[in-house]
Amino acid sequence: MVDVPYDAIARVPPAEVGDVDLYHPRSWWTKYVFSQDAKVIAIQYSITATAIGLVALVLSWLMRLQLGFPGTFSFIDANQYLQFITMHGMIMVIYLLTALFLGGFGNYLIPLMVGARDMVFPYVNMLSYWVYLLAVVVLASTFFVPGGPTGAGWTLYPPQAILSGTPGQDWGIILMLVSLILFIIGFTMGGLNYVVTVLQARTRGMTLMRLPLTVWGIFTATIMALLAFPALFVAAVMMLFDRILGTSFFMPSLVEMGQLMKYGGGSPILFQHLFWFFGHPEVYIVALPAFGIVSDLISTHARKNIFGYRMMVWAIVAIGALSFVVWAHHMYVSGMHPQFGFFFATTTLIIAIPTAIKVYNWVLTLWRGDIHLTVPMLFALGFIITFVNGGLTGLFLGNVVVDVPLSDTMFVVAHFHMVMGVAPIMVVLGAIYHWYPKVTGRMLHDGLGKFHFWVTFLGAYLIFFPMHYLGLLGVPRRYHDIGEVAFIPPSAHTLNAFITVVALTVGFAQMVFLFNLVWSLFKGKLSGGNPWRATTLEWQTPHTPPEHGNWGKELPVVYRWAYDYSVPGAEQDFIPQNQPRATRAVQGAAQ
Amino acid sequence: MSAIILFMAVIAVIVGWWLSQQRLTAKPWLEEGPIGDFPGTGAMTSPAAKIGLGVFLAVVGSLFALFISAYSMRMNMVDWRALPVPRLLWFNTGVLVLSSAALQWAHIAARRDDMDGVIVGLLVGGASAVTFLVGQLLVWQQLSYAGYFLASNPANSFFYLITAVHGLHLMGGLVALGRTTAKVWRGAEMSRVRQSVELCAIYWHFLLAVWLVLLGMLTGWTDDFIDICRQLLN
Repeated sequence: MVDVPYDAIARVPPAEVGDVDLYHPRSWWTKYVFSQDAKVIAIQYSITATAIGLVALVLSWLMRLQLGFPGTFSFIDANQYLQFITMHGMIMVIYLLTALFLGGFGNYLIPLMVGARDMVFPYVNMLSYWVYLLAVVVLASTFFVPGGPTGAGWTLYPPQAILSGTPGQDWGIILMLVSLILFIIGFTMGGLNYVVTVLQARTRGMTLMRLPLTVWGIFTATIMALLAFPALFVAAVMMLFDRILGTSFFMPSLVEMGQLMKYGGGSPILFQHLFWFFGHPEVYIVALPAFGIVSDLISTHARKNIFGYRMMVWAIVAIGALSFVVWAHHMYVSGMHPQFGFFFATTTLIIAIPTAIKVYNWVLTLWRGDIHLTVPMLFALGFIITFVNGGLTGLFLGNVVVDVPLSDTMFVVAHFHMVMGVAPIMVVLGAIYHWYPKVTGRMLHDGLGKFHFWVTFLGAYLIFFPMHYLGLLGVPRRYHDIGEVAFIPPSAHTLNAFITVVALTVGFAQMVFLFNLVWSLFKGKLSGGNPWRATTLEWQTPHTPPEHGNWGKELPVVYRWAYDYSVPGAEQDFIPQNQPRATRAVQGAAQ
Repeated sequence: MSAIILFMAVIAVIVGWWLSQQRLTAKPWLEEGPIGDFPGTGAMTSPAAKIGLGVFLAVVGSLFALFISAYSMRMNMVDWRALPVPRLLWFNTGVLVLSSAALQWAHIAARRDDMDGVIVGLLVGGASAVTFLVGQLLVWQQLSYAGYFLASNPANSFFYLITAVHGLHLMGGLVALGRTTAKVWRGAEMSRVRQSVELCAIYWHFLLAVWLVLLGMLTGWTDDFIDICRQLLN
């Protein structure tokens, strides 16, 4: 299937294409399965990511059951608990969030928002999805291999990750590393597409400063991911060598079960440097698309232009650059030189500046806006509050002296779940409610959506606020059973049981959401092309859902930025990006 | 981690330079109007494949910079025993230079519409790249005969790993080169293949540059240079 009106060798795409140039997929297989259409690939990415994400959700329930009611569930032993935390973390961070934001939203929104017909390398884009699917299948297969999945923790620190005391030492760790390598290869194929499409396939009039912030967020995050994932790739390959071929990149001399192992001289710290050189940018690879999307949701649903657009763009770029020089703040307790700790604490706190600029700008966009409390808006507001909360505890952990006592406690768990779990998921959910009408032509059910929001939002706080307190008490993370310890009062156990009950309730609300997704596909209210009366190009397509090639015969021409809401003198409270100046001048003259 | 930080700094300079051309200080809310009002800020006019290759080379560069970082950190541990340098590496390097030069020749010929020159350039380039890969395998064989196995010392492990990764990238390039050569062989028009020949040449030059850096590092010739840099930094 050669599916674009121009090939990668051609220069700027022609504005107008004849019917003959628009290749249409010839069979059901090439239309829905081996499709090269970015929109279909986006849906494939989203469904796969959600499916494996549900596995991770179930794992979190099992962990909570064990923590809330230790000893009650005999089928969860200590090894399994470690396997659950490892797989939960790895799936959520990489296979769900990264894949959903970049592979899902990136694929769907970039071509539509920049006014392109498709990604620039559709075939590579298709391969990207299938390699990702393979990575997910390899990952999921570890549940069924002898020894089960690895239990090394999502950071996979050596030497314990490949020693026999850690569950999944046989096949689990090998397949996990293979799966990560596959994921990175697949992502690189997709990432090249996202970057080059933004650079090269923007339609006429779409300058960089007219891009919606969603595209800015996804674009910058993709560049960061392309540069940071190689660090994980290098670490994974080297650890695979250590595990299979007996090299000693990371493995020091060790005695295991009374036997001196063949390893010697390797540096576990080297792995930590490589891992976190990827790991910290990863936080922003997930956060920047969320920042971008939430800016667009707030502007659209408050009927007001985004406050400080230029600052928002600069802040995205600044955060992207700074996130590469903070990685060692994950390693304060690794025994590194104290001066390094000071340096990394400083850079970490500097990132708070552009981030705070963004938060101020969101709040100032809301100020005196015409706020519609639609479900996407509720999730966007939920994100801002949650992100501020998570960011503030980040200031605690960014300082070496505060971090050291809090390290490896539930405080850390609560912090990163707030800032990197709940906050981006709020945006994912808000974005699904926002763009579902464009993808399917039907609205999601509003009542179910509001129920979903309130249970998720309040539930998340009831789960993670108490968890901060547990961390301050000193309750350690990654412990199967904290048992009877003097510094942990009995009330902490009650609190743990409470958190478990809330977590199961929030989990139930997600089932309601999944039901809503399926039910609305058939029974939802018809949405029309632009239900939110938004300005960006994806809402101006001739068909909803957009057809193959997105724009019919002629590409749109862009005349203005993406945030012309409530412009004085305009006929409506929004002016689409592709509406020429003349129309507005006539409108002005008529009034 | 200084190698990767240095690499990222170079990337940051390139990105910063490019962004400085994009009117990031514009006030888009004041600027209504069609195309043409804002020259130089539209989509890039280079072909997508060329931009794509540029971005891909940045990713590959990041990969090798990270290997170099890991190498330089690991080599400071006490158990490091440097490898002897097989003479064959000299020959291989020469062959790779020849390969790169042949593709440059093909690229120049393509611009002159000289189809015979393109075919000769591509074939010589491809053949010498294959020779390079065979030569690398022979180097591995010589080292293992001499008792320098993969797992016996970290210096050996890095040597095998890094040459393997470089070789894999060259093999990936050979796939693209093979497709281009096949297109030329079947008599495709020059305008259809000129671009592919150019991209192959760029990729080859890049891999040659990476190989020269790796060679300097693996054989220890750059140690003095690195020591000087370290002293300057301290």
